[in-house]
Amino acid sequence: MIQVEHLTKRYGPKTAIEDVTFSVEKGEVLAFLGPNGAGKTTTMRILTGSLPASSGTARVGGYDCFDQPMEVKHIIGYLPEFPPLYTEMTVTEYLTFVARIKGVPPAQIPAAMDHVLQRLSLGEVRGRLIANLSRGFKQRVGLAQALIHNPPVLVLDEPTSGLDPKQIIEIRQLIKELAGSHTIILSTHILPEATAVARRVVIIHEGRIVAEDSQERLSARLRRSEKVSITIKTPPPEARVRLSALPGVLSVHQDDLNTFLVEGELGSDLREDLARFIVGNQWGLLELKLVTITLEDVFLRLTQEEQPAEPPKTDASEPLPPQTSETGV
Amino acid sequence: MSPLGAIVRKELRTYFVSPIAYVVAGVFLLLLGLLLFLPVLAISNQSLQMLRMQGGLPDVNLNQLVFRPAFANMAVVMLLVVPILTMRLFAEEKKLKTMELLYTSPLTITDIVVGKFVAAFVVFAGMMLLTATGVLGLGAIADFQWAPIWTAYLGTLLLGGVFLSVGLLASGLTENQVIAVILSFGLLLVLWLFHWMGQLLGDSPMGQVVSYLSPLGHFDAMVNGLVNTKDLVYFAAAIVFSLFLAHRVIESQRWR
Repeated sequence: MIQVEHLTKRYGPKTAIEDVTFSVEKGEVLAFLGPNGAGKTTTMRILTGSLPASSGTARVGGYDCFDQPMEVKHIIGYLPEFPPLYTEMTVTEYLTFVARIKGVPPAQIPAAMDHVLQRLSLGEVRGRLIANLSRGFKQRVGLAQALIHNPPVLVLDEPTSGLDPKQIIEIRQLIKELAGSHTIILSTHILPEATAVARRVVIIHEGRIVAEDSQERLSARLRRSEKVSITIKTPPPEARVRLSALPGVLSVHQDDLNTFLVEGELGSDLREDLARFIVGNQWGLLELKLVTITLEDVFLRLTQEEQPAEPPKTDASEPLPPQTSETGV
Repeated sequence: MSPLGAIVRKELRTYFVSPIAYVVAGVFLLLLGLLLFLPVLAISNQSLQMLRMQGGLPDVNLNQLVFRPAFANMAVVMLLVVPILTMRLFAEEKKLKTMELLYTSPLTITDIVVGKFVAAFVVFAGMMLLTATGVLGLGAIADFQWAPIWTAYLGTLLLGGVFLSVGLLASGLTENQVIAVILSFGLLLVLWLFHWMGQLLGDSPMGQVVSYLSPLGHFDAMVNGLVNTKDLVYFAAAIVFSLFLAHRVIESQRWR
């Protein structure tokens, strides 16, 4: 549905994106992940046919974004980072205007309106001035604007920014519902969001794509060992050495007096052996968890370790950064 | 509905939900009422004096004594008022980031620029229509020629078109409405002064060109009841050229 090839955009001497290539299949949700200023918005604006690229090609639904911008604009619904709202209009007035400029036939506007109002639970505020709506409602009106002409492709730039947690969950739920019938690209700098809604993640940093894959495969790529974190109530002084001696253990790192990080071979599960060993020695096992690499780790590694040219390569014995989140057994 | 029509409707709506159109129209009508009323008052005082002293009413030409100065003054009022009608058109859209919506919708830049111009022109023409009440009222009690009044109105509408298109261009150059309005004043006053500049340059080709560029001479001719093709061509060209520049400005901002 969307093919982007070798896309580069320069603003004067500044390069916003460089040699960006990716594609999105029909009905797929792709999350565009990157720190602020990484080039997410630039890429999205190029896709919407409103910003010409310096070089490279972008096609949406078979139409070229530069040569056939009108066709592209018809099939894309775009939610910019700042919802483009005419605050002196009521919700229905605004959506009617958007429907008209998106080329919805006049006879179909009422039905399209009812559909989006219902879908985004905007019925109760339909007659209110947009200026008087809360942030969450404004964001939803922005989404309604992107959906009013029922476009097959949705481009959402930070759709949940500025919302409260409940609203964020609602919007994510909505995006999940829209997936399948719509092809969606969304950008975010919030990491859990990418995993919450998208199967596939593109990580962009300083205008370049540093990784593109499913979340599972991305974390697998960076994982060279299985790590288990254990907390022991009364570890003897030689605990680290004795743990290291267990079969399958590659290394043990002592975080503090009670906490150890045990690394095993890739694909092994040390939890049972470790539990049996510690309980058998009556050291007092307080906690034992498998450490999984989250998208957060992937993201931080890819974006922070870009400089040495070989991004995923880290010393295997090096402990995980403190941002590592853990899942219990 | 065509995209152009949608833009026109939206802009018209915006004019009438904000107080701008009402305030501008109110001030405009008040000033024009005075511009018509004061000369009429002066003439009637003079006539009364003449009646007392000479025992006869003078033969007054209202076209010459009332309407010509009134329309000439109207142009000055327009110079001050029209930029206020146009200052919002692009500046606000840029400030509120709603240009993004227009850029990403299946609209051409021409739709956007022309749609905004047409809406502003409709508001302006509506204001001019309201000024006709004064003229019609005077027509009910006094005798004068109607033909020069129509040409003067045509001239006013065309002059308004030039002012609106220049104002639209100024609004396209900034996202600050105050800057837009000051920029329009500046551009329009410079155009205005071209007339004087041309006169100073004398009858040289240069002087003629500079004079031609000012709307003032073309407008004066129409107020005096002359409809020349060269004046009509001037107005049409000035409007189209300003709108073209606005189009280029708005198009180029898409690239940033």
